[in-house]
Amino acid sequence: MTIEAIQEELIDEFSMFEDWMQRYEYMIDLGKSLPLIDENLKTNDKLIKGCQSKVWLNSEMQDGKIKFTADSDAIITKGIIAILVRVFSNQKPQAILDANTDFIDEIGLKEHLSPTRANGLVSMIKQMKMYALAYQTQEKN
Amino acid sequence: MSFNIQKIRNDFPILKRKVNGYPLVYLDNAATSQKPQQVIDCIVDYYSNYNANIHRGVHTLSQEATDAYEAARKKIQTHFNAKEAYEIIFTAGTTHGINLVANGFSNILKKGDEIIVSAMEHHSNIVPWQMLCEKTGAILKVIPMNEEGVLIFSEYEKLLSEKTKLVFVNHISNALGTINPIEKIIEKAHEVGAAVLIDGAQSCSHIKPDFQKLNADFYVTSAHKMCGPTGVGILYMKEEWGNKLPPYQGGGEMIAEVTFEKTTYAALPHKFEAGTPNICGGIAFGAAIDYLNNIGFEAIKEHENELLEYATSKLSEIEGLKIYGTGPDKTSVVSFNIEGIHPYDIGTIVDKLGIAVRTGHHCAQPIMDFYKIPGTVRASFAFYNTLEEVDALVNAVKKAKVMLS
Repeated sequence: MTIEAIQEELIDEFSMFEDWMQRYEYMIDLGKSLPLIDENLKTNDKLIKGCQSKVWLNSEMQDGKIKFTADSDAIITKGIIAILVRVFSNQKPQAILDANTDFIDEIGLKEHLSPTRANGLVSMIKQMKMYALAYQTQEKN
Repeated sequence: MSFNIQKIRNDFPILKRKVNGYPLVYLDNAATSQKPQQVIDCIVDYYSNYNANIHRGVHTLSQEATDAYEAARKKIQTHFNAKEAYEIIFTAGTTHGINLVANGFSNILKKGDEIIVSAMEHHSNIVPWQMLCEKTGAILKVIPMNEEGVLIFSEYEKLLSEKTKLVFVNHISNALGTINPIEKIIEKAHEVGAAVLIDGAQSCSHIKPDFQKLNADFYVTSAHKMCGPTGVGILYMKEEWGNKLPPYQGGGEMIAEVTFEKTTYAALPHKFEAGTPNICGGIAFGAAIDYLNNIGFEAIKEHENELLEYATSKLSEIEGLKIYGTGPDKTSVVSFNIEGIHPYDIGTIVDKLGIAVRTGHHCAQPIMDFYKIPGTVRASFAFYNTLEEVDALVNAVKKAKVMLS
């Protein structure tokens, strides 16, 4: 599936909810369903800075696509990561670099996009794009 | 005057607003307090009617602004019972005051001298001193605390020696609400000839310290936690220290005479007030002090204690909830966690319900390390909060717990 298609799917899913509470409950469920990351990967160099909660993000290159795994010690943050992993994992570096993130606004999580927000959603997206750029540069060399 | 909570709340325009569709419940007062109309009016009046630079101009506006600014200094002196008005130095806030003193001591401390800090300090009362130690070779010692979040006084006494040059402790812990026994701390430090700086950022909105009675060498605080504006505070400095410490910043206002060969410094307090100060802020700080005194610190204390007791007992009923900072002397701060739930998650959900609390390490990481937690949820109450707002908090926390478990 393309990044756009996954984003459309998420917008559809979130459009069913009537209020913030249902949206957050769904996000918490998504967080709980996030595949567990290997404990060995939860090292300090995988920590994303700028989060009040801890966020570990790991990436691997498989068959030309980047596979992200991640975890957090806070469940709402974990839900946000689950959404990002679903959108950006198993995609080619160029597709990740080209993707916009307007869908976050559309699924009603705009408040998490503020750069001052301590959950670091912005930092997470930036880090994913950084990985994409790094892998792409590697490939070209 | 009797304590009329509704009348008081009407003074604060912001308390009428809604957040996320709910009436705002503002419980982040330890971070900053809200401002009453009287203080807002004072700011508007200054800029509308007599804005001018002070201390230099001969024109009427400058005279009026200077008079108002110096009257505010006098008011602050009277409020805190400092011996002289020039012992009150206007600063940009508590952090600025601490850095000013730390900078002054960089010329006084020698290698091997010791300075003592407490285990429950805000980062702004740790980092400047660490920098000072790096610069001078002085050694930083830490007064430990117990599980209740109370300093262990006997350990403090053991740390004191003739090597101790400076002790700096907060009056009240921002993360826990513990009121420290600063009278005893100051007395003991003076017995070995050490100077004491008290960080009063958290205290002056709750209690009215008497500087002469306390006998601290330095006392710092910020206006914005006392219903005043941001960007202004005071450093109280005993006259002898004011004469001993070198100026912090060079610039206008702080000089007596300047030639390229030599500059002589102005007398206190101007020696430490380089540049155009926060004139409006200083004047509005005075208005904030008037406002608080008009309500009365006894009445404030009584109401806040009621809020604290009610919040503590109601929150304690929630299963799995643990309160940090359970000492006998506390101000109206409740720092807590719920077992198995990250404080950030609780903060996010209660915010959706219109309740402003603080989450995180509260710039006091050593305390979080002590309890081995990533942070806490902190509800801090002011005199304008109500028992109904405590109920709203408790209900919101219960709801968050259900959602997040």
